[in-house]
Amino acid sequence: MDLFLSSLDTLARLDVLLALLVGSIGGVIIGAIPGVGAAVAIAILLPATFSFDPIVGLTVLLGIYGSSMYGGAIPAILINTPGTAVNALTTYDGYPMTQKGQARRALSLAYSASFFGGILSILCLILLSPVLAWIAPMFGSREIFLAALLGIILVVLAHRGQVFAAGMLASFGIFLNSVGLEPVRYSRRYAFDQSWLASGFDLIVVVLGLFAISQAFMLLVDKDDAPKAQRVEGSLFSGLKELFRFKRVATVSSGFGVLMGMIPGVGEFTAQFLSYTYARRTSKTPEEFGKGSPEGLIASEAANNAVPGAAMIPLLALGIPGEALTAMMLSVFYVHNVVPGPGLFQNDMDFVVALYIVMLLLNVIVLGFLMFSTNLLTKIIQVPTRFLGVVILTLSFVGVYSLRNSFTDCAIASAFGVLGLILKRLNLPVVPIILGMVLGGIMEVKLRSAMARVRTPWDMIDRPIAFILFCAILLVIGLHVRTLVKEHRARVEDPDHDIHDSQMR
Amino acid sequence: MGRFETLQQMFRRYRRPGDLVFATIFLLFALWLASQLQNQTIWANGQQLFAQPRFWPAVGVFGMAGFGALHFLSSVASDRIPGRWPEVVTWIRSLEFVGWFLAYVWLVPWVGYLLATLLFMGVLTIRMGYRELRMIGAAMATGLAIVLLFRTFLQVRLPGGQLYHLLPDGLSTFMLTYF
Repeated sequence: MDLFLSSLDTLARLDVLLALLVGSIGGVIIGAIPGVGAAVAIAILLPATFSFDPIVGLTVLLGIYGSSMYGGAIPAILINTPGTAVNALTTYDGYPMTQKGQARRALSLAYSASFFGGILSILCLILLSPVLAWIAPMFGSREIFLAALLGIILVVLAHRGQVFAAGMLASFGIFLNSVGLEPVRYSRRYAFDQSWLASGFDLIVVVLGLFAISQAFMLLVDKDDAPKAQRVEGSLFSGLKELFRFKRVATVSSGFGVLMGMIPGVGEFTAQFLSYTYARRTSKTPEEFGKGSPEGLIASEAANNAVPGAAMIPLLALGIPGEALTAMMLSVFYVHNVVPGPGLFQNDMDFVVALYIVMLLLNVIVLGFLMFSTNLLTKIIQVPTRFLGVVILTLSFVGVYSLRNSFTDCAIASAFGVLGLILKRLNLPVVPIILGMVLGGIMEVKLRSAMARVRTPWDMIDRPIAFILFCAILLVIGLHVRTLVKEHRARVEDPDHDIHDSQMR
Repeated sequence: MGRFETLQQMFRRYRRPGDLVFATIFLLFALWLASQLQNQTIWANGQQLFAQPRFWPAVGVFGMAGFGALHFLSSVASDRIPGRWPEVVTWIRSLEFVGWFLAYVWLVPWVGYLLATLLFMGVLTIRMGYRELRMIGAAMATGLAIVLLFRTFLQVRLPGGQLYHLLPDGLSTFMLTYF
């Protein structure tokens, strides 16, 4: 109770409350505009949050992260265009419901399912906290190294059908992280006698280039478009009641979201696939899936909204980000000298609990906001895309230039912007580069410190958690090979579709 | 459902034209980096392999080259999709916006954040084909809102424009502090 009260005390400040409001409502708006997404917004705002207190900065970013998917459901349901990449599955059943004249019902169910998923995931996070606080100190250098290695393997393997591309891009991320002055002998790596390369590539500059500037370029080189969405008449509260009829699907889908969110490198897509498959298999009307099934819609939205809360688990407990957005948040921690990992749970538990409360509150604020402002958001969707590109490019400047007032940083970010544009246009993922950079850095530091106490290879895995992680790595690789063989033998036809757009996150 | 039955199908990407061009450039870049490994990194005597300054760049570069080669081979083995060179032209077209962006970055320390932002947004909006006063006005208003939010309200670290020094003392300080 004391802990809870001291956490509330941390939050009871005007700037935190303002950050909560701006982050959660801003996140919904950003999510609702197709072509922006949480990653773009977080990348742009990241440097600005460095001057805030850690709790204020993280509240804004968590607000955007947790609420963008709510907003992303609006264009997915009304105009068949997902607001964020993870709302793509929502279009499968949401848009057919709109075509049947059930737009209000679809939106209401989507909001309710999102709320359910979001809250359940945070409750899991809270319930797991004592376990995390108990397990986290057991993670030494070798365990964190193995967990990061598992994360990078999962990032590559999770990009099914493009494992080679994900592998080469994750390796590129590891390479980028290694450029510049190294910390052992202070020698320069791949600096080519250039002073701007000697300091290496700043993660924020790369993130801004790959996510924000590339998105601006994408919108600027493409044809102009201004999507039109219909108005939604009537109350949106009915979905909360209707959700109870589908509580089993909502609970299981949220469960998948929590599980997949906790595992680094997996995330929303796998959670959605598992929950959608489960919902269809257990439905009394499986033929309705893809044609406007409320269960399909609930499975998609509950699963994706359960991920953000759960994704905070590896970040807070081990300092290992599972995907691009938590990787960006990691830099906010580092800038403020708050090192996420085992120590955070031992020394700053009130800070951790404050973050949980923030996540709970943002879900309530967002639900309340959406119930009354959906029609306003349908107007915001209609911003012409090229104009949006101009705005994103202007905002990207603040992000990059405010770091060090450096023209070189802006030039590097532009170069990564062009690379991001090429990758996005080719349907190749951007996320492995970022995770390669972050996890590569963690692996380098942790392996070096772990090797000081390792005499034989067996020493590396002679502790229980290290051994479990090692087995998990073998299991993941084994399962991947088994799946490939099975699918090859079954000779399943691969119809084209556009679900996999993780590069837009 | 019907659109996908397996995880493999759900995550399948559909190739786009230009895949082979990118795969080739990436592989060549990776091979060039690999050829520079010896010159650009050192091998420290008496250090363990995993603590060598060369170790992690080597992991990255060889990973890029290995996976890049496999990606290249899968691109070569796939059917050609028409529209390869128009796609490359689209990539090159994005360089125009790099130019606009860097011009904006260059302009800020001279004319200040406010004027540079208004100019950049106004001119780029017109360049993107919006000619109506309504859109240009919206661009200006958005530019002003961005400056007010980040510079005036959040006090983000941006240099004051040289132009501001030409203003009368009080106004100059005000502009340097807030715009």
